[in-house]
Amino acid sequence: MNSMTHEFAPAGELPEDRPVNLSRRDVLGAALGALVLGVALPGADAKAQNTAAAAKSAPRVSAFLEIRTDSTALLRSPFVEGGQGVATAMAQIVGEELDMDPARFTVECAPPGADYQVVGGRRFTGGSFSVRSSYDTMRRVGASARQMLLQAAASRLKVPVASLTTEPGRVRHAATGRTLDYGALAADAAALSVPENVTLRADKDFRWIGKPVARLDARDKSTGKAAYAIDMQVDGMLRAAVQHAPRLDLEPGAFANEAEVKAMPGVHSIHRLPGAVAVVADRWWHARRAVETLQVTWTDAAPGTRRAMPSDFSSEGRKAQLAAAPGPGIAAETVGDAAATLKGAAKIVTATYDAPYLAHGQLEPPSALARWNEDGTLDLWVPNQAPEMFQTLAAKAAGIPPEKVKIHSPMLGGFFGRHFIYETANPFPQAIQLSRAVGRPVKLIWSREEEFLRDALRPMGFVRFRAGLDANGLPVALEAEAVGEGPRDRWFGRKPDAADGSAVEGISGKPYAINNRRVAHVLVDDPAIIGFWRSVGHSMNDFFYETFFDEVADAGQQDPYDLRLRLLADKPRHKTLLQAVGELSGGWKRGPFTAPDGSKRARGVAMASPFGSEVATIAEVSLRGGAVTVHDVWVAIDPGRIVNPGIIEAQVNSAVALGLSSALLEEVVYAKGVPQARNFDGYPILPPDRMPRVHVRIVESGAPMGGIGEPGLPGVPPAVANAVAALTGQRIRSLPLSKMKFGAS
Amino acid sequence: MDVIINGKTHQVQTEDDTPLLWVIRDELGMTGTKYGCGIAQCGACTVLIDGQATRSCVTPVGSVAGQAITTIEAVTDDAVGRRVVDAWVANQVPQCGYCQSGQVLAATALLKQNSKPNEQDIAAAMVNLCRCGTYNAIAAAVRQVAQG
Repeated sequence: MNSMTHEFAPAGELPEDRPVNLSRRDVLGAALGALVLGVALPGADAKAQNTAAAAKSAPRVSAFLEIRTDSTALLRSPFVEGGQGVATAMAQIVGEELDMDPARFTVECAPPGADYQVVGGRRFTGGSFSVRSSYDTMRRVGASARQMLLQAAASRLKVPVASLTTEPGRVRHAATGRTLDYGALAADAAALSVPENVTLRADKDFRWIGKPVARLDARDKSTGKAAYAIDMQVDGMLRAAVQHAPRLDLEPGAFANEAEVKAMPGVHSIHRLPGAVAVVADRWWHARRAVETLQVTWTDAAPGTRRAMPSDFSSEGRKAQLAAAPGPGIAAETVGDAAATLKGAAKIVTATYDAPYLAHGQLEPPSALARWNEDGTLDLWVPNQAPEMFQTLAAKAAGIPPEKVKIHSPMLGGFFGRHFIYETANPFPQAIQLSRAVGRPVKLIWSREEEFLRDALRPMGFVRFRAGLDANGLPVALEAEAVGEGPRDRWFGRKPDAADGSAVEGISGKPYAINNRRVAHVLVDDPAIIGFWRSVGHSMNDFFYETFFDEVADAGQQDPYDLRLRLLADKPRHKTLLQAVGELSGGWKRGPFTAPDGSKRARGVAMASPFGSEVATIAEVSLRGGAVTVHDVWVAIDPGRIVNPGIIEAQVNSAVALGLSSALLEEVVYAKGVPQARNFDGYPILPPDRMPRVHVRIVESGAPMGGIGEPGLPGVPPAVANAVAALTGQRIRSLPLSKMKFGAS
Repeated sequence: MDVIINGKTHQVQTEDDTPLLWVIRDELGMTGTKYGCGIAQCGACTVLIDGQATRSCVTPVGSVAGQAITTIEAVTDDAVGRRVVDAWVANQVPQCGYCQSGQVLAATALLKQNSKPNEQDIAAAMVNLCRCGTYNAIAAAVRQVAQG
């Protein structure tokens, strides 16, 4: 998702925003007595027209705040909570300026609306973008609300505003000691105009921003009270399960045992859907058992069907196709003259790298609950990272105008990029069709097996590298060709003669002083449904680049940590971070060395610059029974400025786990056009006994705020691979490591 | 048949081989118990049956008639369960939270059977998957309860 920002103005360049009082415009149909505040963004129309897929409505930065009479607050957040902690962060930011304890907030994901387009004129939860894109806006929301509450208190108490102050949740008149709770002022405040100018708190006065404020959802999530899309229930609801065509371009033909299936317990009806069959029943288990009992003849789709999956498609074949695709591709980054420098180099290092398709494996299986209402509107409860995008496509699927589709966005049981619009990877068009067919609300759940069959995958990646070394063993030129297709251009439009940033990020944009470089994208269309997977192109490209970097270091007889430091001499931010992770790990040592328990171990280092943050990572590994054990991972992360260090540490732990899972275990294998693994038995993900200790150091350099959810991931696979190479002498040029056998060491 | 969940007897009308998970979720409307994989790989559906952590997605409801079933909805009715939940909150364990009902119940079962588990005991009992990778926080929370 990082790459999507290429189309947007950086958050820091958004036009100055000015809040407007929405309660007077009845935008929300808000409850009486509630202060409802949004932020309009005048002058943004022109910007919208400059974006690739400009929304028709005026893009405005917006956040809605409702202060209740009990002095709690409801915050309609532009972002969906899926574990990354954004609900808590939003409460911290608004609460800081409003002067209300974040613990008194309830945070919901806002419904679709032009008011919520806070990410460069659009809205999505992704690209590690939420806090950094909305930070200033959300502060102004809180500050404006506080100012209105002060004004209301001044009128009530008949004293000058300047004589009033606030303390968490109330206004105080210091001279008389009188106080008024926010809740008692909310109705009056709602009738006031939003101030033109507000003063924001000085950073040094922050009580909640920058502190490890407790997550708002920890207790509900520890007691089963948190409700996800899969848990939604409405009156009169039926439940549905599907059986998808094994291959993407097949359609349901004849049923061999329709009568038998219709007679199964609880079955309401059987349905043909595009590329699938469905059973609607009283209970999901009944629906599932019935649909899986149904014997379907799958027929080939008409010629020319979009996204036809070849019946002979395989992962192996795809890798061979990528390896055979000729360069030079479309340049994404050109510095100096790599070709000429390579010609004159004292030594050349070449290598090819690859990484497999990956599944998201979020633990909540996809679902969608659709309810057609008597007035012709449609309610849709659906896991999603982009309510307006889902609204648009749901309207299309339903054949009604978008404003008649009400999108509800419950918290997500993990996402990692899973819940964008991915054509056949989304269950909501099926739910809409089924609900209309049966005339009742229908909750459709995909079984884990159907999810593995239709997930939008992290694409397979393949890179050719050439590096030139000078007589001193220092790299002076680097050429890289990233071969394949990236998800950004798949879903957001391809530009002729432009490289897809999501295909090259992590190979381009590296900070090292290698002064002649050419990084290119060789586009080869991918027949699979590909998607964004936590850290997107970085999830594999930093592995390719940083592991090849160690090959280059070894070829020049340089220590890989020292060479990185040397090539970052003019990059103080990166150099500081690399030194920080070295120090955090007790001082750089590559090994191999013998640990106190007698095992032989080694360490690897890697750096990454993803999503506006900088990260340096060190991993320590040993071998046990020919398999890699990762003992410790040290991560120094510089997101510029921070909101919640506790959540940052948790997100880094999480990113380490997912990065390690991909490095050690994960691989979607296609054969005959079909993904082979259909559940976690065939697609193992990191179990608890392979989780390393994780040590985090946050470095606040003061640079513009970067992302947090994804940046911890990209450094992990290369740090581990470099450690394994140091330990075994075997180069790791392909993942996952579980494919490789290592000798006892 | 009669199914005893959280101390209450429910009369359920379903086939004996229906997984307990779907009786809890769809028949009884209690959604704290989660569906993750359906094949006893992930543990999101963990409930306690006579105190034993059990994967309800592969447990036929007919096999547990008359046994005491505890779901996450009742975890704080139990003194150990309350301490586990408090430790989960204190250690800020959940991220997406989807697996945590199962994790909390697995920890509760362990700590009710063994109030002072060592590292190996914890590793042996806490085997549910978490895609957010909260494993270190989970282990820390269990240790905190064990050290009481």
